[in-house]
Amino acid sequence: MKIDCNINVHHLTRVEGHGNIRITIEAGQLKQARWEVVETPRFFEAMLVGKKWDNAPWICGRICGICSIGHTLASIRAVENAFGIIPTVQTQKLRILLKHMETLQSHILHLYFLSAPDFLNAGSVFPLIESHPDVVIKAAGIKQLANDICDCVGGRRLHPTRTVVGGFTMLPDKKELSKFKGRLEKVVSDLLLTAKLFKTFKIPDFIRETEFVSLKANRNYPFIGGDLISTDGIHKKEHEYKQMTNEYIVEQSTSKWSRLSRKSFAVGALARINNNFEFLDTSAMEISLSFGLKPVNHNPYMNNIAQLVECVHVVKESLGLINELLDSEWEEPRQQVVPRSGTGVGAVEVPRGILYHCYDFDEAGHIIKSDCVIPTSQNHANIQHDLEELAGRYASEGIRDKDIELLAEMLVRSYDPCISCSVH
Amino acid sequence: MNDPTPVRTYLGVPLYRPRVAFFEFSSCEGCQLQILNNEATLLDFLSLVEVVNFREAMKERSDDYEIALVEGSITRGDETGRLKKIREKAKVLVALGSCACFGGVNQLKNRFGLDWVKKEVYGDSPIETEYVRPLEDIVKVDLKIFGCPVKKEEVENIIINIAIGKAIVHPKYPICTECKANENICLFDLGEPCLGPITRGGCNSWCPNSRFGCWGCRGPAEDTNIEQMKKIMKEHGFSEDTILDRLECFGGFSSYAQELRKK
Ligand code: SF4
Ligand code: SF4
Ligand code: SF4
Repeated sequence: MKIDCNINVHHLTRVEGHGNIRITIEAGQLKQARWEVVETPRFFEAMLVGKKWDNAPWICGRICGICSIGHTLASIRAVENAFGIIPTVQTQKLRILLKHMETLQSHILHLYFLSAPDFLNAGSVFPLIESHPDVVIKAAGIKQLANDICDCVGGRRLHPTRTVVGGFTMLPDKKELSKFKGRLEKVVSDLLLTAKLFKTFKIPDFIRETEFVSLKANRNYPFIGGDLISTDGIHKKEHEYKQMTNEYIVEQSTSKWSRLSRKSFAVGALARINNNFEFLDTSAMEISLSFGLKPVNHNPYMNNIAQLVECVHVVKESLGLINELLDSEWEEPRQQVVPRSGTGVGAVEVPRGILYHCYDFDEAGHIIKSDCVIPTSQNHANIQHDLEELAGRYASEGIRDKDIELLAEMLVRSYDPCISCSVH
Repeated sequence: MNDPTPVRTYLGVPLYRPRVAFFEFSSCEGCQLQILNNEATLLDFLSLVEVVNFREAMKERSDDYEIALVEGSITRGDETGRLKKIREKAKVLVALGSCACFGGVNQLKNRFGLDWVKKEVYGDSPIETEYVRPLEDIVKVDLKIFGCPVKKEEVENIIINIAIGKAIVHPKYPICTECKANENICLFDLGEPCLGPITRGGCNSWCPNSRFGCWGCRGPAEDTNIEQMKKIMKEHGFSEDTILDRLECFGGFSSYAQELRKK
């Protein structure tokens, strides 16, 4: 039995944004285990008030540098839903392709640069450049391809320039698009090697039952819009998102927290797989099963594996999308936008989980009120409860402070938190 | 940090690599990501500098650095203290991106009273926040790298130039100069507004290349003629609101925007 332990991680590294972990155990009793979010809020919801509709996606993309494409697309969807605009099939395909490539680059960034160093006993990816050059070069190559496709479809990889309400300002060059096919095919085999590498990692064996929330599949593994579901059997429409998120304010965090059927729930790759496993591409599903990942999996560290599985899924689906786009004639890239008063909600699965934007407009299309619910803020309460359980359990098993600290850090990193985004 | 990146040599002599640290305040962290997102040249770049602090990428931290690249704007008391400490340690302090240079999109909240802003987002719960300020309102800034986001090539060039002691000159001409050289169709001819005529060049007309009008993220070019800009906007049928939205979006034109808003 472990007597005393004091863990204090100030500004956890290799995550986006600022958060602290504090664990205190006295005389074998867990005194506190806290996940604190200390990021400075930026008040995006207030900034938007009074702004015309076309400002929303452009400003809201700046909520997050990692998932700027996801925020832009959620914002666009909220505006389009408010104005009754239905995107053309071509626009839908281009948006999904763009989204997939953001997912791929974000997951790869997390898996290799933020998460893998923990499993390989390194403080960062930099020492791995020497010890595992093949791994780093492969990861850099996949990220580069994903980013190149984002440049080609969205105009630029960060804060995209072609994505607008109504469609796109410009279409990609078909010749350029077709060149990506070969490179994407190569990524599939690189990802299989990545899976091999991750098989050598020891994923901590930690289970705590919780609820998982995501978009609900209709015909495909879902990424943009549609119904909302949870593994506890809740099912809502997109515009009823507030009944899924139930945000509240807590003193230990500048980000709001969420709850649904239990005291907390989780969103992200693991939640998506737990809810929509049967819609995965077959080779993605095979990889998932080879890691023993099938619904409902309650090990938060498995989110890493879920991200890897999704990488395979999005690459496979993107190959199909590119073929379809190449086989059809280009149509008008952009529809006319006629503003009207009303409310619109856009729900989009971004790398870290489900994201909602919601705006109220006046007749001229100015924003009266806005609301953004970020995946990481939905995860904070779940991280907190995992941390308590983990600290209590490992302390009573007599594990060393250093090891508990590493396991706690790895736990938080598994969620791939985007803290500045959650505080926005 | 143990430092495995290959060291560049010149005539067999290892080149001096400046110690670079990254820091962030209120921001989307996108400007830092631009460096990590730079797969093709990242390894080359790392052979020229020694990164000693990059919270987003590494666990090790060091207080011993020469160049501090600071992203984000200042919106809370504790940030002021942290920034002053960085200033004390750094030989060269660089403001990275529009948040750091002008307040960025964050300063959009400055158009409201703080009490209203807090209530709108956090209701009656207490939350600490101040008016958004750029870095130079608090400490001396040696160099600014403009853009939301910054251009990765520009960041790399500038850091390399600092390392070898070369002077850094920002373009004085507006985006239009680059846009015309790129042979783009002018957005005004397509019925879209654009701040290209008054915005500082250097991004190679990034947005107009995508048929998307400039929003002035890099701030004013030399000899900015706001009256002329207003006239062009008006001639093409755009409201004062449209020009105001763009002028106030990133903070680079805040003095002009405030004047326009007053009216
Ligand atoms: S300047 Fe733009 S891209 Fe850079 S940190 Fe600020 S919001 Fe992000
Ligand atoms: S599109 Fe904009 S930047 Fe290009 S020429 Fe026209 S006004 Fe200038
Ligand atoms: S075109 Fe204008 S808004 Fe776009 S990156 Fe350049 S300066 Fe910024």
